[in-house]
Amino acid sequence: MNLYKYASPASFYPLAGRMIPWFAIPAAILFVVGLYVGFFIAPTDFQQGDAYRIIFIHVPAAWMGMLLYVLMAVYAAIGWAFNARLPSMMASALSITGAMFTFLSLVTGSLWGKPTWGTWWVWDARLTSTLILLFLYIGFISLQASIDDPRRADRAGAVLAIVGVINVPIIYFSVQWWNTLHQGATIRLLGKPTMAPPMLGAMLIMLAACWLYSIAVVLARLRCIILEREQNAAFAAEAST
Amino acid sequence: MKEMTWSEFFSMGGYAFYVWGSYLVTLLVMGGEVVFLLRRKKSLRAPARRSLENRGKQ
Repeated sequence: MNLYKYASPASFYPLAGRMIPWFAIPAAILFVVGLYVGFFIAPTDFQQGDAYRIIFIHVPAAWMGMLLYVLMAVYAAIGWAFNARLPSMMASALSITGAMFTFLSLVTGSLWGKPTWGTWWVWDARLTSTLILLFLYIGFISLQASIDDPRRADRAGAVLAIVGVINVPIIYFSVQWWNTLHQGATIRLLGKPTMAPPMLGAMLIMLAACWLYSIAVVLARLRCIILEREQNAAFAAEAST
Repeated sequence: MKEMTWSEFFSMGGYAFYVWGSYLVTLLVMGGEVVFLLRRKKSLRAPARRSLENRGKQ
């Protein structure tokens, strides 16, 4: 099989379509299994009661927000460096889902913070750097939307995405570098052997589900982007003759 | 582990608003993303889609 064939958007389009169910269906199954384990098998936490069950969506959402950003920056960089269209389109497709997961991590974190910390929001290192991540996503999306020429939009987005990557290790290590409110709540829960296996298991199953969901959704969006750009190119060719 | 009733389950030990709120927001946002994508796909012209599908088969 000639893999280079799929480097072209038009050839990748049908392949992406065939791949989607292979990710979407296992994602749906794992979401059900993960929530079942998380709500019916995992015991109530002795410190936080049932409020801790937000972890099953909060932590996967936060991880996906960071991972998808790094992926987006890598694809944007490849598209820029090798002047390839498909990786740039992939970066655009990733941005929306990444922003969505980052938004979810902030909202679920806020809903978790209120009962456990007594506040919806604090300007501590992890929360603030995660908010910056959301702004980076929004910046990437609106920058691309504001430029008509798709290749110029890709390059401008790539610069922003690459520069913004520095924020991801800051988020990740923020709980070690600074003494934050966040550290007490989650990391200790994870670090201690007292975290019951079903708790950890449910979280990891939900993380796998979020990964599969992201792949399915991003491939579907990639197909839309390919189609839109090909359409526009066809219109442009028609108009110029 | 003691037997749990459904009303106990839904009350989430008094954290119902926060726990179910989190999952409700998640459901709305992810569901919204899927619905929005399906609509975006539908809005694209069918002929262009067919021509791409065929090109991939060659």
